[in-house]
Parts: sequence; structure tokens; C-alpha cells
Amino acid sequence: MLYIKCPHCGWRSQNEFSYGGDATVKRPELGKEVSDKEWDDFVYNRKSLRGKHWELWQHLSGCRQWIKVERDTATHEIFKTLKASEEIS
Amino acid sequence: MNQSFRLENIGLINRNKKLSFKFNGKVYYGYEGDTLASALIANGVHLVGRSFKYHRPRGFFGAGVDEPYAIVQLYRNGETEPNIKATEQELFEGLEATSVNCWPSVNFDIGAINNFLRIFLPAGFYYKTFMWPKSFWFKVYEPFIRKAAGLGVASIKHDKERYEHKYEYCDLLITGSGPSGLASAYAAAKNGAKVILAEDKSRFGGTLLTSEVNIGNQSGKEWAESIISELKEMPNVIVKNRSQVFGYYDHNMLVMSERVSDHLPKTKKFHPKQRLWYIRAKEVLISSGSIERPIVFGNNDTPGVMLSSAAKEYLKVYGVLVGKNPLIFTNNDSGYETAIEFQKNGINPIILDTRKDPKSEIVDEAKNLGINIKFSYVVVAAKGYKKVKSADIAKISEDKEQLGIVENIKCDCICVSGFWTPTIHLASQSGNKTKFKEDIDAFVPGISKQNETTLGAANGTYTLEETLKKSFETGHKLSKEITKKDNKISFPNVIEKKSTAHDKFWCVPLPKGKNYKRFLDFQNDVAVSDIEIALKEGYRSIEHVKRYTTLGMATDQGKTSNLNGLQLVSKIENKVVPAIGHTTFRPPYTPVSIGAIVGREIGKHSKPTRKSPMHSWHEKNNAIFVDAGVWLRPRYYKQGNENLFEGSKREAKNVRTNVGVCDVTTLGKIDIKGPDAAELLNRVYTNSWLKLPVGKARYGVMLREDGIVMDDGTTTRISENHYHMTTTTAQAANVLSHLEYYLQLVWPELNVNVVSTTEQWAGAAIAGPKSRDLLSKLFPNSDVSNEGLPFMGFIEGDLFGVKARIFRISFSGELAYELNVESDHGIFMWEKIMEIGEAFKIQPYGIEALSTLRIEMGHVAGSELDGRTIPYDNSLEGLVSKKKDFIGKRSLSRKAFKAEDRQKIVGVIPLDKKTSIPEGSHLVKDFNAPLPNPKLGYISASCWSVEHDNPFSLAILKDGKNMIGEKLFVMSPLKNKVIPVKIVSSHYVDPKGERVRS
Repeated sequence: MLYIKCPHCGWRSQNEFSYGGDATVKRPELGKEVSDKEWDDFVYNRKSLRGKHWELWQHLSGCRQWIKVERDTATHEIFKTLKASEEIS
Repeated sequence: MNQSFRLENIGLINRNKKLSFKFNGKVYYGYEGDTLASALIANGVHLVGRSFKYHRPRGFFGAGVDEPYAIVQLYRNGETEPNIKATEQELFEGLEATSVNCWPSVNFDIGAINNFLRIFLPAGFYYKTFMWPKSFWFKVYEPFIRKAAGLGVASIKHDKERYEHKYEYCDLLITGSGPSGLASAYAAAKNGAKVILAEDKSRFGGTLLTSEVNIGNQSGKEWAESIISELKEMPNVIVKNRSQVFGYYDHNMLVMSERVSDHLPKTKKFHPKQRLWYIRAKEVLISSGSIERPIVFGNNDTPGVMLSSAAKEYLKVYGVLVGKNPLIFTNNDSGYETAIEFQKNGINPIILDTRKDPKSEIVDEAKNLGINIKFSYVVVAAKGYKKVKSADIAKISEDKEQLGIVENIKCDCICVSGFWTPTIHLASQSGNKTKFKEDIDAFVPGISKQNETTLGAANGTYTLEETLKKSFETGHKLSKEITKKDNKISFPNVIEKKSTAHDKFWCVPLPKGKNYKRFLDFQNDVAVSDIEIALKEGYRSIEHVKRYTTLGMATDQGKTSNLNGLQLVSKIENKVVPAIGHTTFRPPYTPVSIGAIVGREIGKHSKPTRKSPMHSWHEKNNAIFVDAGVWLRPRYYKQGNENLFEGSKREAKNVRTNVGVCDVTTLGKIDIKGPDAAELLNRVYTNSWLKLPVGKARYGVMLREDGIVMDDGTTTRISENHYHMTTTTAQAANVLSHLEYYLQLVWPELNVNVVSTTEQWAGAAIAGPKSRDLLSKLFPNSDVSNEGLPFMGFIEGDLFGVKARIFRISFSGELAYELNVESDHGIFMWEKIMEIGEAFKIQPYGIEALSTLRIEMGHVAGSELDGRTIPYDNSLEGLVSKKKDFIGKRSLSRKAFKAEDRQKIVGVIPLDKKTSIPEGSHLVKDFNAPLPNPKLGYISASCWSVEHDNPFSLAILKDGKNMIGEKLFVMSPLKNKVIPVKIVSSHYVDPKGERVRS
């Protein structure tokens, strides 16, 4: 079971969180013309990376905040966690 | 029977407490502190089971967790448990156990015929033999394998025992209470660190209980006792015996199973049988020691052949002799320690040492005691069937290839020592890259991945002084980093006998003309010849060899066999052992009972049960409940001998003619507040929300980004910046997360707060032509006329002193209202509705009637919004705004979603107007068409229309728009039904929607 540092609550076990996918995907702005390709990339196309990866988790059974987690998908090592409002650097 | 193998003056058992127990129906006696194994050996019982494949007699091989043989069926307090190791099971008064894997009895076992047929049961036997013909699998092979294979028998009764889970956090978790565990725990505890020390056995101390050493002028055992008693007094230390740390998972999470009550005749009241600990440790110190490994020779599975360290443990801990005429077969000094213990207790052993001329303090001591030692000698084969009677021995050449003349000597047990294998399981599970240590011929932990350090014998360190020194240092250093304290501990003076190098000899060659079975894996009956066959057949990877031969795959997971297996592969392949590598170590280290893993999450505790505030009323009024997610909802209220069909029909009909009331508390409710609330709704729902006035509700549909309908419901504007959203029961949690996702990540600029209020409000839907009359009596002070409270209107009212929200919304298609009061007043509201409603012939209705009413109206619900449909499919395209953008809108312009013959919701009526249509059935044009018959659509929901008094269903049908009036067939192969049907509009009742506005 992973041990995730919620930027709001501190260290918590994985079973308090739910996984939310790739954190680097940006939703196209509302009302903006988007090509089929761009929309497909936003909705469907994801890289299945081996290694460091920024992903979203929601602290569902805690503060209910969505957070960003930098995790190695192969080793499960977590390098950094950010609040939803913080930009991935 | 008397305990003729028990010694008087040695052992740690409590001789004041005699215990009686039964093995295979026969009564024996032992003492408190015995294991089942030690008590049986004390009584001279060595035959405990039959082997897995050949049904050869099986005795005891070890004295603990590594035991491959002595697996029994245990009976305790009216329950039975399979696959218990006799070497681990502590004796209690009245214990009963039987042998497994033998029939009709352990002494006469029919399966033993396999032993003589073994030429037919080589490696990969099952793979090769049971391949064909295919039809034989179910009828012949599977029943045969099931009967012949397997060990014990699982109980089919409900397990009445209680199992618990516990979560714990600590600075240092230390696994094993031998010298390294005690020293590191002591040093860390003295530095104020929070320490958990776990010991698998009932006694603390590990090898200190059996070794002749001196630490700070105390015997090893005394020193261990003093350290443990001091640790137990410290508030920052948890000391646990009978507790096996069996799994090392991500981020330093370890799981330990504590056998709280297994050593007692009966679990004490309020105690669990076992407790599973989930431990998150900052640092893990693995002090799990090492397991002696055997030397392979002919018939080395005969009862009476056992590990020399086990013989020593039986003697020193239990005061039990494994034999009175022991033969010690060793390649290192450990065998001498066992021999010395025998000699000291008046038994004269013979030592066969594979080494030519070893020189060490221990060897000298054995010589001085006058023990008969034969150097450069090996055991060729054990003789005897159910117990060792003698041994064929021979001198072995210096290159270890040639045997001298075979002699036979009498003995009643053979104690083997082939040196030690560090227990690296936990380290390896943690991701540690293990390395091969040449001087001990075994793998040890290498580079750590997580915060784990392996100490002492588990790390291949076999001198006590070095072990203690390193362990004190490590415990001190790691705790200092955490607690910043620096309490120095003085290092005790250590006296131990020096030993010399072992001989890297592990397998005795076969003498000419003999074909003895030489076993590697004792539990799965894997012999040297099986590995040879596997390699001949082309298996190379050790993982493949393991699976093909089942080497190391039994419940002992090869604790005594893996390394010798590797040695054999390396010899045949002519590669060094590290080039072969070891198989992956996976949790659990030892078998864990299913009960412990499940814990308290059984039966009603496996998931929460949510009940509405009106639940007790429903119960009192004969509600038949149904699970709706985690909610318990009334399905119908049974009157007399009514069945579901009759009851729900009556309830639905009463709604259409009079008035009914339904508990709708389970609907998801989300409170939305903030100046940008309208903007949020406008982006989340497909229709437009910016102009909804205060005091008005609106129906809305929300999509996922891929255009699929996610949920629907009504949202009401309570005040300027305050909305009340409802969701379906099933999607309540997902919708809240969905809103939070967009507010926190995508549009953080929106000033809106959302919070679930599902449990804060009790809800009652009042539906039917008389519902307004009832409402006016419930709220005499409010104007509930069609003008005062029009369709989709909202007012607040006073329900006899209780504040209520009144929404004029309808799910049934009738004139209807929904009342919300604070949950605590739910039962008051319900009883008032029933009391005043009596005059209007009110009846409560359950979710079966609720479904009937919505189906015949053509209102979509979960069975249509099933994660595969878009708004058009549900005839909701009118709710999709063309002007504004919203979540998922862009996806609706996908080609497939705009196809002319796109699926659409329709109504379905059987032509005979009698036959009920099973939900999930398929719609086809021709029921006689060859398979695969093209499927045009599927039945999503079925009911008996109370309005028309015939069956009616909803279906999602290809090109549904143009199919109205067509005749098709409904096919349900599961129910073996073919029903001719007619396609009609999905709005079967009041298609213009006049009633809801009346």
C-alpha cells in the first residue's frame, strides 16, 4: 500500500485516496474550436509510461482535495506531491 | 503411553502442567510449552503423514516454520483447520490432530502404490499425461487429481472465530528476536525510538535459546530474557511473540499475522483468534536468522532424517530426544554442536563429517568428549521404511565424486547439516537486489530499495560477537537519526566457540548400481532425477524449472529445498549459482489464514449498510427490502400473501388513481453555493442554467468528456447563490468527485463550494392525482395551488412546526411533489403524510412500483444511462444546448454519435399482450436466422403497465427513430424465450405530459 503525502493533511495511506489519471493533460478551453485530433488526445490518448509520471489523486476519505503526485510507475517511488493549484515544474 | 524420549533435566517446558492430546485417535501426553511435534517425538511418534505425490511415509524434518513434512489437520473447539505445521502448533489440553494425505490410515496408505509406480510420475507428469483427450478432463483427470492431490480438508462450516485488523506506525520494525533482533531493538529503544519487535515463535531469543554462548557473564538465554523483560517495560516498545511478519510491501508497509489464540484450547471472550497488523515503519531491521539446509542423499526423506539444528532444538528447548542412537551427518561445525548436546545428555552419537581434517574449537571439544567422528565420510542412503533403522555410509574421495566401500551402521535418526541459508525473503520482497556470498554458498541481501537493513545470520554473519556489535550499532544509528537522541550502550563481553569453514558439499553421489530417490523438495516430492529430466527437456530458466517440477512450490515454499535445487541446476548447466539466480520471493513468507486476511469484513460487515431515517417504519409495515448499492430500500410493502408482482402492481395502480408516498432519501443531494454556482451548472449540465429563477427547479443531464451520459437529476435554485442538486442514488459519490475535479483543477477561478447533503435530508415523494389535496392539508399555511406552486416550482413550508422544502417535481409522470425535511424529522414527516393521507387512500410504494411508473412514462434511469448511451439515445437531445459549451459537448460531434441510424430508446409490447419480457433480452429481426443473429437492440427495463394492464418494456434499439410500428422478436436464450413484439413510443402513458402540469 502506497504512502502518500497529502499537501493538505500530511502522510496518509493509499486507501484514503482514489486515482485520477494523468496530471499533465490540459482540458481545452471552453468554447474554443478544437480539432478531432486535439480532442481525441485530450479524451482518450494517454502514454503508458514506465518511470516518473505526474498523476492525479483525490484524497477522497480525507480533505477531498485533488492533488498531483509524481510517482515512478515501475518502482512506486513517490518523489513529490503538489496541491491542485500548484503548477508542475 | 509414556514419554520415553523425554529427558528429565533439560528443556524450557513446564513439567508441572501435563497436557493430554489426541493424534490419529490415540491419546498421548505432553507438557505445557511443547509443540505438537515435540510432544509426539517425546512419545516416540515419528510417522505423521504421507508425501504429496508418492505417499511415502513422512516424519519431522525441522522444528519450526521451515517444516516441509509434518502437516496435520487440526481440531480445536469444534472447528477444523487444514495444513497446520505440527512444529509450529503449540500443545494445548484436548488438542486433536490427524494425518493428511493418506487413506485409509497413515500406517497403511493405498496411495503409496504411487511410490512403486514412480517411473510414471516424473517431472511434468500432470502436464504430459492429462493433456488429452479433452473430454477426459472433467470426467476422469480432474476428479482423480483432486482426490490424490491437496493436503488437508477445509471446513465447509461458517468460521465462528473472530479475526481483527490493526494499523500501527513505528520508527523501527524488527523482525525476529534472536541476537541481532534483541540487540538492535534494545539500542533503538534506549534512544527513545518507537520500536516493534516481532517474534514468530512463542519464546523470544531465537538461537540464543539453544547455543552455548556467554554474553556479559550470562548465558545466551538469560541475556535474551533480561533484554526482553526490559523492553517489555518500555512504553515506546511493542514486543510481540507468535507474530510472523510475512509480507513487505510498498513504502515500508509490512504485514504481520499474530496468532493470538491458536495456542489455547478455546479463544477467550472478546479476543480474536488471529490479528493482522498493517505496520508502516520508518526503518525495518530484518533479523530473521537463517535456516539450516540439508545434504541430499539416498532416501533422505525417511522419517528420522532431520535437520541437526532441529534435533538440538528438540533437545534443549523441549527436553526431547529425536533418537537414542543418532547419526550426525555434517559438512560444517554446526553438526558438532548437536552431537555435543547429545553426548552431554548421555547419548553417544556418531559424526560423519564430509571434511577431511577440520580444525576448530568446536571440533576439538567433540574430540575431547570422546565422540566417534568419521572424517571424509558421507551417508549414502537411509535404510528403513517408516523410520530410520540404519544408514549406508561410505568414505568419499577428495574430489567428492567417488564413494568407497559401502558399510551399514545402526542408527535411529540421521541429523543433517549442510550449512545455513540466510532468510532473505523479506528483504527480497522489499525489492532488495540480492547477491551471492561465495563463502557461505548462499544469497544475502544486497542493495536496499526501501529503508530496510538485514542483520546477523539473515545477512550471512555467523559469529555472535560480530552480529551483536553490528546490531547494536545499527539500532543506535537508525534511531538516532529519527529521535536525535544519543544514548550510548556499553557492549557486553561475548564468549563463543570459534568455528571453521564449511565444506561446499551438498549432494552425495549414487553408488554404482543403486537408484535411490534423492529428494530436494520434501513436501512436493521433487527428486534430483526430476530436475535432471526438466533440464533434459529443455527447461533453462529457474522460474520454469520451478513450475515444471513444482520445486519449492508447496506450503513451505522451498525453505529447505531452493538452494540445493539451484546447486543442482548450476552443476548440470555448468554455470555458477549466481548466474542461475533464485526464483522471486513473494509474500506471504508463511501461509496466512483466509480468516485473518478478511478480518472483520464478513457478512453484514463486508460493506456498510445505509438506511433511511424512515427505515424502522418500513420494517414495521412489512416492507420487503432490496439492496440498492449500499442502501437498503423497500421493494414493496407486502399485504397478506401478496408476491412482488401483485404488491408492486397494487402500489403503482394506487399512485395512478389516488396518491402514494415513496422514500426517496437515498437520492444523492449536493449543496452548491457561491456567486459562480450558476456558471458551474451551466458548464456541467447540457442545458442552459444561467436564467433559472430563484424558487424554480430544472431537470438536467450531465455528460462525461467522452459524450456519454453520466447522470441526471433536478437542481433547484434555493436563493440567489444557493442551489440544491440531486443525483441518482448510484452516482451520488461520482458526481461530487466530478464537480470537485472541475472546481479544483480545471476551473479554479469559479467561486463555488460543493458539499454532499445526502444524509442531511430525508426525502418523501408524494405522487398521484390526489397529491395536491394531501399537500394542502399538510401545509395549510402555504399556497400549494397550481399557481402558487407550479410544475418545477419550489417553496419552503411549515409542516406542523418542522421546516420543509417542497419541490414540485415528478418521476412517476403523475402530479407529484417531493418533500425534504432534516433527517431527524424524517420519521415525523412520514407518519404525518400517512396519517393525513389516509383520507385520500394513500399507500406507501416501494422501488418496484417506482420503476413501473417511470418505465411506462418513458423516463430514463440507471438501466438506460448505463455508461454506453449519449443524450440522443435517451431522447434527451432537446436538453442539449446548441449555443453554449459544456463538459462533453465536443464529443457529441463524433461521426458515430451523429449517425442517422443511431440507437434510440423505444417502447416494446408483446404481440399477445401477456408475455413478460425478460430484461437484458435481445431484439432481432428473425429469430430463425443463422448465428450469429444480428442484434438490433436490447431490453433495458421491463414492467407490467398498470395503465394499460399489459407488459411494457423500454429498449435501446438501432435506428429506433424509424422503427416505431415495426414487428420484431425478443430473444432470451438464458430464459429460453422468443417473444414476437411490436415497437412503440417510449412514452406509453400521458405522452404529452399533461398530468404533471395539472
